[in-house]
Amino acid sequence: MSKQGTLITVNGKSYGRVVDARLTLADFLRHEINLTGTHLGCEHGVCGACTVLVDGRSVRSCLMFAVQANGCEVTTVEGLAPDGKLSVLQQAFIDNHGLQCGFCTPGMLITLTELLREKPQPSEQDVREAITGNLCRCTGYAGIVKAALDAAQRLRNGAGKAGAR
Amino acid sequence: MGVKHFGARVTRLEDPALLAGRGRFVDDVKLHGVLHACFVRSPHAHAKLRGCDSRAALVIPGVHAVLTAEDLPELMRDQPLPLLLPNPSLTAARTQHALARDEVTYVGQAVAVVIADTRYIAEDAAAALIVQYDVLQATSDCRAAAEHGAPRAHSDLDSNVASTFRLAYGDTDSAFADATHVFTEAFWQHRGGGMAIETRAVLAHHDPVSDLLTVWSGTQTPHIGRRVLADLLGRDLQSIRMIAPDVGGGFGPKAIFYPEEAVIPAAALKLGRPVKWIEDRREHFLCATQERDQHWEVAIAVDAEGKILGLRGRMLHDTGAFVPWGIVMPYIAASTVPGPYVVPAYQFDTVVVLTNKVPTTPVRGAGRPQAVFAMERLMDRVARELNIDRAEVRRRNFIQPDQMPYKVGLTFRDGKPLIYDSGDYPGVQEKALGLAEYEDFRERQKAAIEQGRFIGIGLANYVEGTGLGPFEGVTVRMLPSGKVAVATGATNQGQGTRTTLSQIIAEQVGCRLEDIVMTLGDTAAISQGVGSFASRQAVNAGSSALIAGQSVRKQLIALAARTLGVNEIDIELEDGMAMSRRGNKPSVSFGDLARLAQGIPGVSLPAGQAAGIEHTAYYTPSQAAYCSGTHVAEVQVDAMTGGVKVLRYTVAHDAGRVINPLIVDGQVQGGVAHGIGNALLEWMRYDANAQPLTTSFADYMLPMATDVPTCAIAHVETVNPLNPLGVKGAGEGGTIPAPAAIVAAIEDALSPFGVHFAETPLTPERIVAAMRAAGAYERLFPA
Repeated sequence: MSKQGTLITVNGKSYGRVVDARLTLADFLRHEINLTGTHLGCEHGVCGACTVLVDGRSVRSCLMFAVQANGCEVTTVEGLAPDGKLSVLQQAFIDNHGLQCGFCTPGMLITLTELLREKPQPSEQDVREAITGNLCRCTGYAGIVKAALDAAQRLRNGAGKAGAR
Repeated sequence: MGVKHFGARVTRLEDPALLAGRGRFVDDVKLHGVLHACFVRSPHAHAKLRGCDSRAALVIPGVHAVLTAEDLPELMRDQPLPLLLPNPSLTAARTQHALARDEVTYVGQAVAVVIADTRYIAEDAAAALIVQYDVLQATSDCRAAAEHGAPRAHSDLDSNVASTFRLAYGDTDSAFADATHVFTEAFWQHRGGGMAIETRAVLAHHDPVSDLLTVWSGTQTPHIGRRVLADLLGRDLQSIRMIAPDVGGGFGPKAIFYPEEAVIPAAALKLGRPVKWIEDRREHFLCATQERDQHWEVAIAVDAEGKILGLRGRMLHDTGAFVPWGIVMPYIAASTVPGPYVVPAYQFDTVVVLTNKVPTTPVRGAGRPQAVFAMERLMDRVARELNIDRAEVRRRNFIQPDQMPYKVGLTFRDGKPLIYDSGDYPGVQEKALGLAEYEDFRERQKAAIEQGRFIGIGLANYVEGTGLGPFEGVTVRMLPSGKVAVATGATNQGQGTRTTLSQIIAEQVGCRLEDIVMTLGDTAAISQGVGSFASRQAVNAGSSALIAGQSVRKQLIALAARTLGVNEIDIELEDGMAMSRRGNKPSVSFGDLARLAQGIPGVSLPAGQAAGIEHTAYYTPSQAAYCSGTHVAEVQVDAMTGGVKVLRYTVAHDAGRVINPLIVDGQVQGGVAHGIGNALLEWMRYDANAQPLTTSFADYMLPMATDVPTCAIAHVETVNPLNPLGVKGAGEGGTIPAPAAIVAAIEDALSPFGVHFAETPLTPERIVAAMRAAGAYERLFPA
């Protein structure tokens, strides 16, 4: 199996590894550098649980090889609350019951972090469309949508950052 | 008593860790030296196994072993997995072997397992394994399978019929003979899969020093899993610890014991290394149990006013290749039909049919959505034929609150007479109709039609047997640190069990929620356990939490009174302190009381003092707890494409006393989403050879955020008199009536064309086909 050196910055920290060329970015994050917050739900790019930010854009980490992220900056769910204090969006998920089992949650948070950064005043429809690429089987989405709108409101009112870099 | 937690909208204790990426799911558990497994599965629905050549697989660097049935421990090799819910009506009580021997009977059945250094290598090796099969004729459609002379799902069985049974009471013959009207319907219903976003997962580790085998499994039932595994390995229960850590959704399919939960521990024992298996999504489609097709033929007898006189029918249930949970779903379906209505006479025959598909076991709702669909579609038919409003025809037939407790006349799946403990079915329906603005709908519809939009409304009622036994236990133990240790056999796949049980206990004990340290789903924490299914945890574990909490409260008060030299009646417990209301209000902390209760080595305890402050309660419900509800769906149908948009969805729900409205609302909303999937999207398709056709989320559609509206939810609380909390289950009610309400709404929207629907899922192509058959397009676009 061909190996390749790769240097990826994850949540602000650099990780240099020699990995199998076929190792996915998701498995790199989960098993090479032990950031298990990123989850795998389908491994075919539909469920969105593995969503991370690569150079600021949301990406399915199950559909990207680790070596393709060479030189990139990756943000995972662990990077949304780097100092242990939950972001505004994360807190809004607690307050609005935006999660049940919590398995899809990291992908939801990443997708919505990107949305709130790009569209600080989203409509309910904007939120719903943004997360069509993230499947949740538990919540029926209502709490997630409410949390995102609540977080957007709090951020506009001057609360801290959504959690994205 | 201090802070009121019961009934409060408490945010969840589970959330902070899960939100920060610090959840601990099975694949997050890292063990040194772990090996990875990949199963080799049958590509055929039915075949004789002729042999397995693993030479090419074994030479791949990093491959440690290839195991087939012959390599398994003797008991696991020779005996099939146990039938966990036996029933005397089962004539073919088939369950599968951990790894197939001789014959495979569904696509995806495990034949061998490859163990390697990485999952990637294990998959390479699995592809290199050569398994030889003699393909046999498969049976796919359960209607054909039930016919005499059909290809048999198991070649050594004479028939594909696994069970036939009749549920009946009253005199249906006279009811039908005397009826003013008899209406007959045929329904074809499909349920689909659980499709938890976390797939199944097993990790096993044997410690040779202690001889303890630890198994982490993404299961709803770790105590049952340990018991089964002990039998299959010939080990004592005490030498196995099964842990269900964070589990990413359950929905039923994770309640059963699977072959992988046997094989992975066996492999870990054999190789002396930890072994991990994480199911991939394709495997989940192939091998995780589902609920599948039921074909119903039902007739209803009514008088001139639409009052029900009798109901009779027959149902074919496709159980797949095995019956690991017996006849639970078809039995529940058959006994759920009468629902909230007075049905004076009832006769229902069920035929359970084996086919060459993955087995069926309960998926959220477990047979009830099908029963409710049949009953509610019949009620709609009566309303239509007699020209009575659909809500009114239901009103005329409701069991009234003053008839409670109401004896239906059947035996439920808990083995007890089907007796509704409490409920206000007319009140619940009125609440839902009011919230949904049902009375104004015709005006909304008229306005929509003027704009060229077809909108419709549908309603459905249900009664659901929840809170099934036999028991669930809770231990509450005061720790010297002042924390309160809680252990339970209840498990948590997202239901917020940690939070709700903590609410109950904190209120009793007088501690803060954050001082509770709870262990769920770990067989090492409590000796007996059952697990989560049948919306049972609030009733079973909740009641045990209350009883254990009350006992610990009593013990705290008694010891505090003795310690402080005051009367018990003067002691108050709050925020982890016991204090006297009188005098200079002396107090003592729970931590100090816990230390005192441990005594001094060699010194006798004072009279009345037990060892430590703790209590374990195993509440055993006397029967099921019957919750109820009404759903109202308002939809818009695109007449050209058959696309359906759920515009508005209303739920009135009676789950008894609500422990946490935030959580119950979440359960209802999530359940509705699942029901919308069942009504419109989710269809696990097979071809005539029983080959699965939908094995990815690109083929099998789950509801997305744009498919599920935020529901309007009202709680009606009729107290359940049979358990100390007054609660009923809340986990499945959101799903159960949804297909009935949504299909009714679609039919209502398309009523200008006179189309009728008797099946789920109602996909766009089915809607367009019905429109075409009804000549709708000729009427929309006259030549």
